[in-house]
Amino acid sequence: MDIKAIREMFPILDQEVNGNPLVYLDTSATSQKPLPVIKAVDDYYRNNNSNVHRGVHTLGTRATDQYEGAREKVRAFINAESAAQVIFTRGTTTSINFVAYGYARPNLKPGDEIVITPMEHHSNIIPWQQAAKATGATLKYIPLQEDGTILLEDVRNTVSDQTKIVAITHVSNVLGTINPVKEIAKIAHDHGAIIVVDGAQGAPHMKVDVVDLDCDFYAFSGHKMCAPTGIGVLYGKRELLEKTEPVEFGGEMIDFVDLYDSTWKELPWKFEGGTPIIAGAIGLGAAIDFLNDIGMNNIYEHDKKLADYALERLSTIDGITIYGPEERGALVTFNLDDVHPHDTATVLDAEGIAVRAGHHCAQPLMKWLDVTATARASFYLYNTLEEIDTLVDGLLKTKEYFGNVFE
Amino acid sequence: MSLNNLDTLYRQVIMDHYKNPRNRGVVEGESVSVDMNNPTCGDRIRLQLKVEDDIVKDAKFEGEGCSISMSSASMMTQAVKGKKIEDALEMSQLFSDMMLGKELKTDLDLGDIEALQGVSKFPARIKCATLAWKAMERGVKEEN
Repeated sequence: MDIKAIREMFPILDQEVNGNPLVYLDTSATSQKPLPVIKAVDDYYRNNNSNVHRGVHTLGTRATDQYEGAREKVRAFINAESAAQVIFTRGTTTSINFVAYGYARPNLKPGDEIVITPMEHHSNIIPWQQAAKATGATLKYIPLQEDGTILLEDVRNTVSDQTKIVAITHVSNVLGTINPVKEIAKIAHDHGAIIVVDGAQGAPHMKVDVVDLDCDFYAFSGHKMCAPTGIGVLYGKRELLEKTEPVEFGGEMIDFVDLYDSTWKELPWKFEGGTPIIAGAIGLGAAIDFLNDIGMNNIYEHDKKLADYALERLSTIDGITIYGPEERGALVTFNLDDVHPHDTATVLDAEGIAVRAGHHCAQPLMKWLDVTATARASFYLYNTLEEIDTLVDGLLKTKEYFGNVFE
Repeated sequence: MSLNNLDTLYRQVIMDHYKNPRNRGVVEGESVSVDMNNPTCGDRIRLQLKVEDDIVKDAKFEGEGCSISMSSASMMTQAVKGKKIEDALEMSQLFSDMMLGKELKTDLDLGDIEALQGVSKFPARIKCATLAWKAMERGVKEEN
């Protein structure tokens, strides 16, 4: 991978922040956008903007072709059987809510179980809490190991014949844990349960094959993989999507509308009520082309190299606590002794380094880690080893700055 | 911005309040208790106020958070203790104005609080600084 050439595709990276070159280490929150994506959205609005699936005019046809063309790109990207199984949503949160509202609520009853883990993002906890409350189902947690991984044995001990849904993140946004989704899917299926995978931190960083993983639903966001904000994907197995009720009713998603009843369009459109996120989907299509040109396996290797190097370098800092396992996705979450992560992030920002500080939308996990907040550096295809060195220097300065306070 | 510019944020007096918080703990006897958190970052505070005859007789806090939120809580309790409710609320308004970078016109003695002026230059940290004041406002309003 030619990182220099890749970085040139991301105009935002070429700037100074607080007098220092920007070091963007917050991709897990949102990735930066390359020129082809910016251009695709710009081109759509300049030349082709029109509503989709309606009207006869030429622009409408162009917009529809581009929108549906993007759906096909997503299908190929995750190796789904059919583009009808690719639903465009607003993002991972909406995707998971579609399953929790449209599938879980009509299909669960008291005594049924939903199984999740304490490492989930709020968007893969709260929809299930609400579905459990609404249906009388029970919410159960697979315990975590000390290092923030889960054992298949614990999955087997938690999932039972009463379990109807197992919902788990592909890659933890805090610990970086990469979960054995394929093996967990098998355990779920052996008990007649389905598996819902939160792929927000997975799909941007590794080749995802939904057929090989044998997952029933896979949710991810465009904005964490170089696409604009406001576009996401819900993949589902066809028979399950057929059993899933639409959540948003209105224009675009209907077949026939009568005074007292209506029928829905076929997949995938029955889930896409209202004017869809056309420019976002086109941007996502362009992002997928961009990532494919570089190669998802190359991106995976690059991200892994950065994560391994960051782990190695950060571990050398006295008084740092690093959370999560050795084997991890493209992020490192940590705390410095006696320095609150907000303060760490503010000092780093003064050095031009952007990291996330807070609870990362994972309050139950923060409780499990016995912290109120942490700092997180996360990486992507445009980051370099030198930037990790800059981060380490920044952290040493942070320690020095706050060390003087506590002397 | 060099690290030296951080000194406008992390003034010595702020760090002193962070390191040696005043009025940390719980109020003895009857009091009004307010729990507040900053859901985007996890800072949280439990503020207890004892209000008698429209005067804040005592103010104590517990909580967890960054240097700015905790030092601000320490300074706020120090500032409002012994004040009339209306003065405490006016101080809170002044504090909000200060966070917006407005020039302050007041006869009230703001004491250490003025050290937090630098926070206005760090928009991401303003919420940290205002958390304790919001808790105080809610507390005295509940008391009334």
